[in-house]
Parts: sequence; C-alpha cells; structure tokens
Amino acid sequence: MEILVTFLLGAILSFAIFMYVLLDGFDLGIGILFPFIRNSLHRKTMIAAIAPVWDGNETWLVLGAATLYGGFPIAYSTILPTLYMPLIIMLAALVFRGISFEFMFNAQKTLKLWQFFFSLGSSVAAFCQGLALGTFVQGYSEKMLLISSGHYHWFTPFTITTGIAVMCGYALLGSTWMLKKTEDDLQNILYDKAKWALIFVVFFLVVVTLWTPQVDINIVTRWFSKPNFFILLPLPLLTVIAVAWLWRALSQKTEKLPFYLSMFIFLFSYVGFAMSVWPFIIPHIVTIWQAAAPLDAQLFILCGLLVLVPVLCFYTAYAYYVFRGKTSPGEEHY
Amino acid sequence: MIVEPLSVFLSRAQMAVTLTMHIIWPSINIGLALFLCIMEALWLKTKNPLYLQICKFWMKIFALAFGMGVVSGVVMSYELGTNFGQFTLAIGQVLGVLFVYEVLTAFFVEAGFLGIMLFGWERVSPRMHFFATLMVMLGTFVSAFWIMSANSWMQAPTGAHLVNGQFVVDSWMGAIFNPTFLHRFTHMVLASYLTCTFFIAGISAWYLLKEKHMEVAKTCFSFALWAALLFTPIQFFVGDAVGLLVHQYQPLKTAAIEGVWDTQQGAPLVLFGIPSEKQEKNLFPIQIPYGASLLNTHQLKGTLIGLKTVSSEDRPVVLPTFFGFRLMVGIAVLFLAVGILGLWFRYKKTLYAHPWFLKACVLMTPFGIFATLAGWFTAESGRQPWVVYGFLRTSQGASPILAKQVGISITVFSAVYLLAMGFFLYYFSQVIKKGPPPLDSKDEKEPLVIGYMHGVGE
Repeated sequence: MEILVTFLLGAILSFAIFMYVLLDGFDLGIGILFPFIRNSLHRKTMIAAIAPVWDGNETWLVLGAATLYGGFPIAYSTILPTLYMPLIIMLAALVFRGISFEFMFNAQKTLKLWQFFFSLGSSVAAFCQGLALGTFVQGYSEKMLLISSGHYHWFTPFTITTGIAVMCGYALLGSTWMLKKTEDDLQNILYDKAKWALIFVVFFLVVVTLWTPQVDINIVTRWFSKPNFFILLPLPLLTVIAVAWLWRALSQKTEKLPFYLSMFIFLFSYVGFAMSVWPFIIPHIVTIWQAAAPLDAQLFILCGLLVLVPVLCFYTAYAYYVFRGKTSPGEEHY
Repeated sequence: MIVEPLSVFLSRAQMAVTLTMHIIWPSINIGLALFLCIMEALWLKTKNPLYLQICKFWMKIFALAFGMGVVSGVVMSYELGTNFGQFTLAIGQVLGVLFVYEVLTAFFVEAGFLGIMLFGWERVSPRMHFFATLMVMLGTFVSAFWIMSANSWMQAPTGAHLVNGQFVVDSWMGAIFNPTFLHRFTHMVLASYLTCTFFIAGISAWYLLKEKHMEVAKTCFSFALWAALLFTPIQFFVGDAVGLLVHQYQPLKTAAIEGVWDTQQGAPLVLFGIPSEKQEKNLFPIQIPYGASLLNTHQLKGTLIGLKTVSSEDRPVVLPTFFGFRLMVGIAVLFLAVGILGLWFRYKKTLYAHPWFLKACVLMTPFGIFATLAGWFTAESGRQPWVVYGFLRTSQGASPILAKQVGISITVFSAVYLLAMGFFLYYFSQVIKKGPPPLDSKDEKEPLVIGYMHGVGE
C-alpha cells in the first residue's frame, strides 16, 4: 500500500516536471529563438502565440515544487539549498522574463529593450534549469548536503554542457510548436531554425550520453548489465527513430508532426534520465521511499492530485483549444 | 546544524523583501477579480456597453498586476526551500500539503482561465467568458484560503504534534481550520477588497478631476464608495475579533502591538510613542487609560502580559509590530471617514463635486496596499522569534547556506524588484493616461476586443 502510494506520488511528480519542461519549454524556447528572428512583426506573432498560455505553463513549475514538498519533504528541503545559486538565478530570470512579457504589451519606444530582456531571461532560465539537471545527474555526496552551496559543484564543465543542451532542446520545442501557429515567411524561417536546433540537440544528446558514465559510474552498470540492457535498449532506438522522423518531417514541411516528435524526443530522454537515477530522489543518498512523507500525508495529497490533476489537464487543454489555429501579430486587439 | 547568524539574517531579510513584493499584487487582484465579475455580470444583464468598457479597462490593470503576482509567487515557492530548508523540513507535512492544494485548486484555475479572460473575448461566447472571469475570481479567493490557513497555522499550530523535529498531523481539519484561521482569512479578504476599493476610487477620482472618461469614472467612483462604506465597518469588527484571538494565542504579540512592557491590568492604549527595546519602555507616550485592555480583552481591567515577562531573545521585534499596527488602524480610520463622507455627499447630490475630496481619494490610491503591508508586518514581526509559534525558532529554520551567497541573491532580487516596480508604475501610469478603450458603435466587432494588447501593433 505504502509503496504504491509513494510510487504514484513519484509518478505524478515526474509528470508535473515533464509537463513543465514541455510547456514552459516551448515558451522559453521562443525567447531563446529571438536573437535569430530579426523581423519585428515575426517577433510579435511569436509573442502573441504564447501570451494566453504562458502563465499556465509556468504554474506547472509551482506544482512540481509543491508536490516535491508535500510528498517528499526531505528531498525538497535538502535539494533546494544545494542548488541555491542556479535556482535563484533561474527565478530572477523568470521574474525578469515575466515582467518583460507584460511590459511588452504596453511599451512603444522601449519595445526592443523588453524583447531583449525577454529573450535574455528565457535563455538564462533555461540554462539554469540545465545546470540544475546536470548537478543532479552528477550526484551528491553526504558532505555536499551539509553546506553544499559553498562548493561550485553546480558549475562544472558537465553542468554547463547540460545547461546549453537544455537551451537547445527548448529552442527545438519552441520552433516546432510555432510551426502550427504560423504560415508563409515566418514558418519557413522556423523550419530552418528547427533543423538547426535539432542538429544541436542530437549533438548534445550524444555528448551528454557519452559523458554521463564519466561523472557517475553507477549509471553504466545500470544500463549495461543484463537484463537491463535489453529492457532499456528500445529507449535509444526509439530516440534515433524519432530524430530521423523529425528531420524528414521538417524537410517535408509538415506542420503539426514536428512538435509531437520533439515531445517524444524529450519524453525518451526524460525516461532515460529517470531510469538512470531511479529509485533515488537525491542521487546516491536518499531514495524516494526514504524521502516520502508519512503515509497519511501522502494519501491526503494523492487524493487531491488524483482528482484534480485530470480536471486541470482538462481545462488547460480547453484553453489551448480556444486559442488553436494560426496566430497573427497582435491579432487579439484588431 | 549551526548556520551563520549573518546568513540567517540575510535569508530573513530576503524573505521579507520577497513577501512584501508579492502580497501587493494578490491584495489588489483578489478585490479586482470580484469587481470584474460584478461588472461583467452587470454587462451581461443590462447589455449596457459602459460596463463592458469598465471591464476591459480594469482587466488591463488586472493583467499587469497578475503578471507581477505570478512571477513573485513562483520565487516564493522555491525560496522557502532554498533559504529555510530546516523550517520546510519540520513542517513539510502541514505546509507541503496545503501548498499542493493551493496549487491544484487555485493557481491552475487562475492561470488556466486567465488566458481566456484576457484574450478570449472573440473566441468564446459571452457566457463562457463570464465563466472564465468567475473562475479567475474563485481562484484568487481560494488561493487566499490556503495561504491564510498555512500562515495561521504557523501562528497557532494545532492538529499536529512534533516527532523527532518534524510535525506529524493528527487531524487535517484541526490543522487546516486552526483556531485563528477563519478570522484571519476574512480579515485578509476584506483587506484586499478595501485595497482594491481605494485603488479604484483613487484612479476614478483622478479622471473626475481631469474631467476625462466621466461615465466610466463616475460609475466606478460611486461603486467604490459604496464598497468603502460597506467593507470598512465590517473590517473593524473582524479586526477586533482577530485582536482578541491574537491576545489569546500570542499574548506577547499583543504586548508588542500595544507597547506593554510590564504585565498590568487595565493597560492604557498608547496612541503614539516610541517603544525602546533598550530601555524597555515607551518614549513620549500619548495614552488613553484602560484602552489597550478594553480592546484586547473587552474588559476595562483585563490583564495584558508584558514583554518583560520573557527574556529579550524571546520577545517579538517590537518596532515594526508596534508601528505597523498603528499605520494599519490609522488608514482604516481614514477609510471609514471617506466612506461616511461619501454617503453624506451622495445624500447632498455632490458626490463628484468636491475637488478636495477627489484629491484626497487620489492621494489614498495606494493606502490600502500600505495598510495591508503594515498589517502583515505586525503579524509576522509579532510572531518572532518563532517561525512556528512556540515550537520552532526562525533561526533554527534557516538553511545552511553561506551568507555570501544570500548576500548576492538578496542584492539581485532587490534590484530586480526595484526595477520591476519602477517600470510597473511607469506602464501603469501609461495605462491610466490612455484610459478606458473607446467603444465604437459602428464596428460591431470592436467592443468585443480587449485593448490589453494595444501598443503591440503600434
């Protein structure tokens, strides 16, 4: 019973984080793409496309924090201080980005400035999320948990690489999502950007995959021992298929398929990551079973989550449905 | 685990900055969301485009404030863990659970329907749009419910007991509906309504003075003054009830609020004075005999415990508690005066005809925010040195992080918030200057389109 409850909570936590990565991923990606989109009308279209949904996307991040906290308080109160600087910089960047976003609608003379900050904020936030991810994959030692923020374990060549990797991944999500929302000129540009993003994503996927065993030997044994190897084999294979298919879809200028395929690339990488760290919630030190809150607290949270997550998925989907179709720049107010 | 005192101090300062920056926006928006609902309902009922115009205008301001609220709120959800890891660990079972429920029942509702409310005028039917506005309003309200429950629990922790340094919940009802919660929740919601009321009154008064957008301004001003007349007296009663509860559960907070140093019966009400923590007395006091006892116990000779009954490290931070309370009540008195004057002028049919009255209202635009902040400073400084009253000290709740890093982050956050606040005020004033979007009767589509994105295409 307890195992099932904890497992479900862990699954919902993973789901919330994944939803955040996907949804805020594409709208952060829009900001990351900005330096490569020069035309101001194009930029406005991109902004208008995410305007109705970005608040909701960011809320998944809060749900992630809340579920981690409610379900696994030890993990929340231990991991967060160890990621102090990357998280704080990420938050400051998200604040700045959100504010720039709001101000863009009211600015005239300073529009360019806010676009710049929007882009900078998006990129820094994505980079910091990558830093946090890299730190997590590197794993922890007991000593680091004590006063870990004094170390720069979150700023190593490996974490910087994962930081850039996440930026590229978000750029891929952003550009493929925008394909559904645009036409003509901008869409053509985005096909091009999406291809470039894909090339970088593949590059970094390979680099990070080859590098990970160097930073954490346990992951090698996890993946290359029998029978794990054969059970896990489909993951890299599926990723390769998704990448190839995405390349073809982009070359053939298919509108909707690329975003779904990008989602799958993210999903496979995410599952691969989960397989590598499972069952730890603080790598090498604390498992999800150890970090879990007492049973009745878990149950209480789980009840709420099981009832309400489907509901909120439903109305989130409804909001996306309402704003479906092509966006034109400033469409909403003419 | 020993944490550097400087690190603790900076973490607390950073939390204070973040909380202050955050609470401004919900306290405007909880009220504003209700106002939008009422105006949109009036529009649906009467089909008078004036109400639609009012809706669209205030939605712009709602959107700006909501954006600020979201971003400052996201920061908080992580800052608790990064800076107060030990605290979050100890009360994870209580706070974590409430937090999950807040996100599920409030944040997503707000964020999910906000897009439709702001951008969906053309894409959904008027009824569906009203439903979206209603959900946004409910979201803000429910959010306040959970947050006030969590905060009230920290003031008077019930329904749980400590096991190995962690609180274990015995009764969820007991923890959620802790003894001071419902009163404090009502107090906060009313505070938001009043904040918003005077926000609307001030901006409308400015239009009235400038003789611009008169229709909209008159409707809003009149509505706001009715609201002031209704809510201010209720707030006094609720505030009084909260005061009684504070005295019951946190007598030392009451002592700090009233500046009572020695335990006494029939303690005087210190109208003004400067409490000195060094000399342990009030300097230059102006007092009303028996006042403090009467207010806090409803008895002339009621006993108030003095601050000196505990050693100085167990006392609340007296100055912000003492002055915060006075500022809050002072502003409430002003609000009451405005409400009553408004009624008098209405009776005389000169509600819009007194420039000095309008100017006073303009001046008081942010007073609701000041009062809310002052109230929070009273509540939170008065809770010190405890983070969970009577159980966990704030210093024990801090994370083992380096002061240097907190120093960097607090500088960054302060700078970002200052900048953000500055620009918010700038764009806010732009929105005000531009005024409500014009209603063009020739173009059928135009009135349905929100002016939120004006400026994008210009």
